[in-house]
Amino acid sequence: MREKQIDKLKDYKYGFTTDIENIRAPKGLNKEVIEFISKAKKEPKWMLDWRMKAFERLKNLKEPNWQKPKYPKIDYQDIYYYSAPKSASDKPKSIDELDPKLLETYKKLGIPLQEQQRLNGIAVDAVFDSVSVATTFKDKLNEVGVIFCSISEAIQKHPELVKKYLGSVIPLTDHYFATLNSAVFTDGSFVYIPPGVRCPMELSTYFRINASQTGQFERTLIIADKGSYVSYLEGCTAPMRDENQLHAANVELVALDDAEIKYSTVQNWYPGDENGKGGIYNFVTKRGLCKGINSKISWTQVETGSAITWKYPSCILQGDNSIGEFYSIAITNNHQKADTGTKMIHLGKNTKSKIISKGISAGFSDMTYRGLVDISSKAKNSTNYTQCDSLLMGNKCGAHTVPYIKNKNPESNIAHEATTSKISEEQLHYCQQRGLNPEEAVGLIVNGFCKEVLQQLPMEFAVEAQKLVGISLEGSVG
Amino acid sequence: MEEQLKIDFEKLLEKSNFSKKNIEIKRKNFNNFIEKGFPNKREENWKFSDLNQIISKNIKNLSFYNDLSKPNKIDQSTFIDGLEHNKLVFVNGRIEKIEFDYEEKNNIEILDDLVLEIPNNVNNSLLFLNNAFVSKFFKLIIKKNYSLKKPLVIYNITNKDLVSKSINLKFDILLEENSSLKLIEFSNDKSTTNFININYNFDVKKNSILKNYKIDNNPNSNIKYYFNNINQDTNSVSEIFLLSSGSEFIKNEINCDLNGKYASAFVNGVFLLNGSKHHEIKTNINHLVENTKSYQLIKSVLEDESKAVYQGKIFVDSKAQKTDGYQLSKAILLNDNTEFNAKPELEIYADDVKCSHGSSSGSLNEDSIFYLMSRGLNYKEAKKLLINGFLLDVVEKITDSEIKNLIKNIMSLKQ
Repeated sequence: MREKQIDKLKDYKYGFTTDIENIRAPKGLNKEVIEFISKAKKEPKWMLDWRMKAFERLKNLKEPNWQKPKYPKIDYQDIYYYSAPKSASDKPKSIDELDPKLLETYKKLGIPLQEQQRLNGIAVDAVFDSVSVATTFKDKLNEVGVIFCSISEAIQKHPELVKKYLGSVIPLTDHYFATLNSAVFTDGSFVYIPPGVRCPMELSTYFRINASQTGQFERTLIIADKGSYVSYLEGCTAPMRDENQLHAANVELVALDDAEIKYSTVQNWYPGDENGKGGIYNFVTKRGLCKGINSKISWTQVETGSAITWKYPSCILQGDNSIGEFYSIAITNNHQKADTGTKMIHLGKNTKSKIISKGISAGFSDMTYRGLVDISSKAKNSTNYTQCDSLLMGNKCGAHTVPYIKNKNPESNIAHEATTSKISEEQLHYCQQRGLNPEEAVGLIVNGFCKEVLQQLPMEFAVEAQKLVGISLEGSVG
Repeated sequence: MEEQLKIDFEKLLEKSNFSKKNIEIKRKNFNNFIEKGFPNKREENWKFSDLNQIISKNIKNLSFYNDLSKPNKIDQSTFIDGLEHNKLVFVNGRIEKIEFDYEEKNNIEILDDLVLEIPNNVNNSLLFLNNAFVSKFFKLIIKKNYSLKKPLVIYNITNKDLVSKSINLKFDILLEENSSLKLIEFSNDKSTTNFININYNFDVKKNSILKNYKIDNNPNSNIKYYFNNINQDTNSVSEIFLLSSGSEFIKNEINCDLNGKYASAFVNGVFLLNGSKHHEIKTNINHLVENTKSYQLIKSVLEDESKAVYQGKIFVDSKAQKTDGYQLSKAILLNDNTEFNAKPELEIYADDVKCSHGSSSGSLNEDSIFYLMSRGLNYKEAKKLLINGFLLDVVEKITDSEIKNLIKNIMSLKQ
């Protein structure tokens, strides 16, 4: 069987350039498939070697199993690791073919019709084309020298930057899913901000052409050179359906001297139905390196989707005086499970970190905050402040807090606080008395609970995220 | 080490007079231990303290058989002065004295020929070790409606004759309804590099009160592991205080099941470490029914290259509404090479609960030192005053005033 597939591959060898659009690599994870991906993306040899190194390493790694949400075993040989964008004939023809539930959610979020079509890959009318919007943005970015393109493009056009930084924060050998991603990643974003430049706009995958089909193994690399600033948005409040169950993306951030990166995520992938069937496994590795002095990385995340969310956006505070921040809202409903948090690793002097995590669980869901604060003996005069609050709705769900706190430095201070509570009857009663229905009341209270984190989101995002928080909890009260 | 274990185990069975049933159980425990070995840092529970490594680093040629046929001399000077108390005295792991002079004899029962058990907790290999090698398994029963008039002190004394041995002790303590017990465990070690493994099982019935004070204060090079299992029935109270200071390594594991409504558990501890000492406390408080309460307060002061670890867990079952759970751990690090690790964990499945935890670590506040120095204290005095105040906070939680004073004296905290 396998030989047959390899034979098939050989046939493709010559067909690549002309008809790549409709090609799908054969199922399974092997050397040939990786060669196939690399070739399909016209990658140079060093990139293929890098992937191969990761693949070799993968053979000796085992999937981690310490996490709280357990999942059925994934058959890695039963996955398509590369498939070109769908042809127009596979896509839904019009908005009427879509799930009415989905449309209702769009309506609540206030997403324009064209946007809804785009999200679902419906062939969009030529008049409305995000391409034109995107090009105007591109011109503006070019003016100041910001590089914002897909990672495949960057491998072609800026190999020196990619070579230097790819894998410098998340090494090839890191852990199973990160290594898997390194071997088979298909696409993702690449951002480089030159020294002293303040990126003139919020960058978002949304504006990048062809961004909608990045696939399940996404790779993002953001480099902020000395004295620069960038704010990057990932994802979108609209629910995303995807046929791939496993998502193992890698995101690497590098901040050099005096640079600042702000990375915001809104994740609302398909969480499975009310009975917990289906849904996406979101196993993402996100890590930022504050490499230079006075650098700063700030993660903000709103996690409402996915059947299982398992991620720890982390900061390695290497440069002296560097700052790491983590703001998170994670909401689980029905049978969703989340195990999320952060790692703050203090290596440089006078480093500071702050963690604000808000977890909300409802229905039969399970939510875990798991975090690490590690102050090394060299990180003199460092401080950390952690606050993680959980809100429970009903007694069928769970909320857990598992912080790991390591302090090896007497001149550093660590403070950690956590509380668990529920929405009190008094609060609900008060809101209802003033004319809100129970769901609106819960939405209002929960938004208050999350306010500290929502404030961190860029303006236009924050408004949508606020609505999303309410919608995610629908059906959990009353 | 496996060879040594096998030889010593057969020797123990040969020399002692165990019942058939117990021999069978011991063999099972022994095999389980051989399979698992000493815990290492790959196990989540031992993440911060790799016992396997600690034992191989500190103890050369550890042997597991301990000849208990000859009586040992009791050094009277080790007894606590100025406190009337009942005594259970162990010297080098051998029971030397049982004295309940202050109590009504018919209300107290001591059994020592019990059937051992095979622990359910398959992850804890040290419980297997304990059951395999323990020579006598004691059970103390406090009868219904009886409160001990004076505290009971269990002395664990080791003398110079004991070197590189493994000592295993096992106690069951049953407090029947409406009873109460104040128990002080007092260690005094003059021995070197032994591994001491003590297993307590407390059964606290309805309306009973258990107060347990564990004092390990005199410097020694032993490695110790205490496992305390507490089962609490309706309206019962347990209070545990630890003074963890003397031994090279101690891990105190406390597992407390709150099985009855209105049961409450208090765990307070002080770590006062210097040199290369490494102490850990791991708590598991399981709130299993409604209206239960738990409170934990652990404070550490670390000097030289010492290391303290706090792993605390509050578990709240979905039935356990109205739970009140609290954890706080604070540490002061005085030297560059000290280390404090904490893992305060909450696992909650009920919504109408009040649970919180806090943890902080850092250095002494320079402003406070400056304040005191500006009022005429020298640096050393100022430091001492601040540390004493920091620790006194925990000691003041002790509800028995006589024992509180005793512990203050031991820690040389002025009133």
